[in-house]
Amino acid sequence: MQLVYFAWVREMVGTDAETLAPPADVTTVAALLDWLAGRSDGHAAALVDRSRIRVAVDQQFAGPDTPLAGATEIAIFPPVTGG
Amino acid sequence: MIAARLQAEPFDLAAEQAALLAGRTDLGAAVCFTGLVRADEGLAALTLEHYPAMTLAQMQAIADQAAARWPGVVGTAIHRHGRLEPGAPIVLVVTASPHRADAFAAAQFLMDWLKTGAPFWKREEWADGSTRWVDAKAGDDDAAERWAKASAGVSGRLE
Repeated sequence: MQLVYFAWVREMVGTDAETLAPPADVTTVAALLDWLAGRSDGHAAALVDRSRIRVAVDQQFAGPDTPLAGATEIAIFPPVTGG
Repeated sequence: MIAARLQAEPFDLAAEQAALLAGRTDLGAAVCFTGLVRADEGLAALTLEHYPAMTLAQMQAIADQAAARWPGVVGTAIHRHGRLEPGAPIVLVVTASPHRADAFAAAQFLMDWLKTGAPFWKREEWADGSTRWVDAKAGDDDAAERWAKASAGVSGRLE
């Protein structure tokens, strides 16, 4: 699956996108965040406070329990600040 | 119909309102809101990052929610992205309806949801060269609630 990052999440992770194949037991957004946090110090630092993290699965806002089955693009970013 | 647009260029408020109202004689009220880059002390510029694959669709989903809620309202919502200096316009909402209450309400609804439901992030650039990402203003409780409800998408969050 394609992971895309925005704003300070992108800066802390150190890339704007990466293609990864999580293990089969990573079936939800929350599990994905846990798995990603183990990939590097940057990932861990970006994801340490889940209250400051928002996720979209295939361009739809998701919650921690949102399933990943069939998803192709997961976006991880801070709470939005447009307008 | 409320149409959403995303662009780097400035917008022309008068032209947008004229286009919206062209050929209509049943409308009795038009409301325009422009959001601007406020020159907080020492602010040199704001850069608006966004999620290209999602932003416009999410803006249009918000616009469609407003149109469904106020069926008599027509409108245009434009959000800019990129680097913007103090005083620059960021966002435009124009609404029109037969009576003013619906135009006012729909404009406020659109702005409230563009601020909290469309994937934009503001980075401040200061005169001393430092940069800082703007924090969302919602309190921790609001943030938690939004996270919990987010799986319902825009439609679930707007009601």
